[in-house]
Amino acid sequence: MIEAALSRSVQRWCKGATGATCAAKLSGGASQETWRFDITHPDGPIGAILRRSPKGYGAAPTRAAGLGAEAQLMQLAYEAGVPSPRVLHVLVPEDDLGTGFIMQRVEGETIARKILRDQEFAAARPRLARQIGGILAGLHRLPQDKLPALRSRGATQEIAEFERDYRSLNWPKPVFELALRWLSDRDPGPSAETTLVHGDFRNGNLIIGADGVRAVLDWELAHLGDPMEDLGWVCVNSWRFGEIDKPVGGFGTREELFAGYEAAGRRVDPERVKFWEVMGTLRWGIMCGGMMQRFREGPDHSMERAMIGRRASETEIDLLRLLAPRGS
Amino acid sequence: MQDEPTPIELTKAVADFLRSDITPLISGHQAFKLRVAINILDLVTRQLTQEVASDAKEVERLRALLGIDGSVMELNRALAERIARGEVDLATPGLAEHLWATTLDKLAVDQPNYASYKRELSRGG
Repeated sequence: MIEAALSRSVQRWCKGATGATCAAKLSGGASQETWRFDITHPDGPIGAILRRSPKGYGAAPTRAAGLGAEAQLMQLAYEAGVPSPRVLHVLVPEDDLGTGFIMQRVEGETIARKILRDQEFAAARPRLARQIGGILAGLHRLPQDKLPALRSRGATQEIAEFERDYRSLNWPKPVFELALRWLSDRDPGPSAETTLVHGDFRNGNLIIGADGVRAVLDWELAHLGDPMEDLGWVCVNSWRFGEIDKPVGGFGTREELFAGYEAAGRRVDPERVKFWEVMGTLRWGIMCGGMMQRFREGPDHSMERAMIGRRASETEIDLLRLLAPRGS
Repeated sequence: MQDEPTPIELTKAVADFLRSDITPLISGHQAFKLRVAINILDLVTRQLTQEVASDAKEVERLRALLGIDGSVMELNRALAERIARGEVDLATPGLAEHLWATTLDKLAVDQPNYASYKRELSRGG
């Protein structure tokens, strides 16, 4: 069914295209789906990805930028030389596919553990931390006058929001309380500079090949804020997948990340990066709690969600390692 | 009083059956789900085995720290409130030690293979 709609759609905007085949759903929640498919073309098949909200699911969750904004950001990133898939088409009502967009499919690996362990990526791995610094610098420099409308979010609002989310779980976690206090006591206030912030830039949301980072994905949490937030989030221990001595996604050191960022002409504030790493660790911990809530109350009564609830304690030990390290 | 076998023995028997007899028969997404199910049963077994002793030690530490009595939940709520109000912090004698001991006991049940946990255990948890 979706192939028929895709076939009709591609013939309208892709010159020479005669149809669409091999459609397969890669992931999907209730409100958002990702599909891969091939555009049939006389010059050979074109690999494509559809990101969409099916009809009847227009409303985005409050934190999400929305698929329209996501498409604009990816296109802007692509034009600025930030590794990103090229957006081929933004869905219109005639497509009969819901709302969303179609982008070029970038080949490579997104599964963090494979990127960290497989031989195929062995040569790229030592270069990734520095490369990520350069990519973030490019992302933070995207022209603000061309950005779509995005929510603006600073440290103070984030602390308040996480505190509210944590309290709504109604389950006492003294380590989270300690982290909330630590964050409020050190709230750096508005950043000197406000830029585009990707919001979920981490190992797992990057397409990586033997040559390094090929594309930055999952722009749905993009917002305006403190650029140091992205540098802190990429260092959160949960995204090191066991390689705990390599803070940047399990790839390398903060020094390499910072060097890559500064070589691209932007300045790093290491204190703020640390602040956002603590914030990010707490953020993932509270999100684990939210998964548990959805398991208990929501439609997704899956074992996987239930077990993610039991991963909050991983962030508690990581918070203690950050805030109250034991002597070595 | 309930009869034997104990819940720990029963849960472990089911986990072992799924692991040894069913795993070889299943592939793809169902195999992934089966692994999650086995992980859950292993977690439940660890909690049934460890919770009584770890809660007792936690209550003992919390009583000393807070100077009040109560259930493990009540005492955790009291500690959480005091931290939120700034009455207790990392400068408070015993707080860091208490949070470390409690957190290590949680990881021992939740995720004993988590790299940060294994690192801290190797320091002499």
